[in-house]
Amino acid sequence: MSDHATPLAQARSDGYVTVAEDAPRDMIQLKGDLSDPGLADAVERIAHAAMPGPLGLSTSDSAWIAWMAPDELLISLARGQGADALSSLSRAMGDRHHLALDVSDMRAAIRLEGAAVREILAKVAPIDAVTLPVNTVRRTRVAQVPAALWLSGPRTAHVICFRSVGRYVFDLLSLSARRGGEIGAF
Amino acid sequence: MLILDCPYCGVRCDETELTPGGEAHLTRHGPGSDDADFERYLFQRRNPRGVHLERWRHAYGCGKWFHAARHTVTMQVFGTYPAQTTEPPADIVERIRASDPDWTFGDDT
Repeated sequence: MSDHATPLAQARSDGYVTVAEDAPRDMIQLKGDLSDPGLADAVERIAHAAMPGPLGLSTSDSAWIAWMAPDELLISLARGQGADALSSLSRAMGDRHHLALDVSDMRAAIRLEGAAVREILAKVAPIDAVTLPVNTVRRTRVAQVPAALWLSGPRTAHVICFRSVGRYVFDLLSLSARRGGEIGAF
Repeated sequence: MLILDCPYCGVRCDETELTPGGEAHLTRHGPGSDDADFERYLFQRRNPRGVHLERWRHAYGCGKWFHAARHTVTMQVFGTYPAQTTEPPADIVERIRASDPDWTFGDDT
């Protein structure tokens, strides 16, 4: 079988913040009634992470669950685990009204590392990057395209966007992180 | 720049993350309605200098439609509320009346 191509071919750019494509992961989009304990059970069983609250992100060793909307979750698992997780999720959901979809190849994932990650986010998105708490998912606009971003620590930020605009977002972030562009406002 | 709180996900969004949806609380007049009502439903929109109830969609975020009450001249935002309603909630009306005591919902002027 041929190798799996990632949207950005492991691109990496070293500026005053390092911008690099994240390792490929499987992703499952789940739409349904998030207040249903049966749904929370099913999600927790496949991701081994707690059900996130509004705008939250919960993580386990190999997975994370992001709260995307009042009726939508994004579950990310290690590469290769998506298909099995999706079928066990669909089984566990049974007759409950829901939509579960394997969206592993739908998005590009970019990781930013450096002390000034909040500054880079503030340059490209209309968000309050100073007060954005760690592990809070903010779906927003990155320059001209939709994206979701969150901080997993004080020096690490993650941006996911549609695969078709992955190169645009990567170029935009690496340009914003180029040496000489420091603002130092944060 | 308009900043509105999405009542569904709680995010404080910038105007550029939202899609405007025009006047809120329209009553649909479909097939079988008389021509004047149909014309009013299809074409006539309020464009007040003052308090305005509008529809907005959190397009770059959770994707939900919601309603916002704001003043078109001062740009004061009285509040946002979910779209599953046919009239503005009491707390929004109270806040509007605090700045414009004569305002009533459905007033065509």
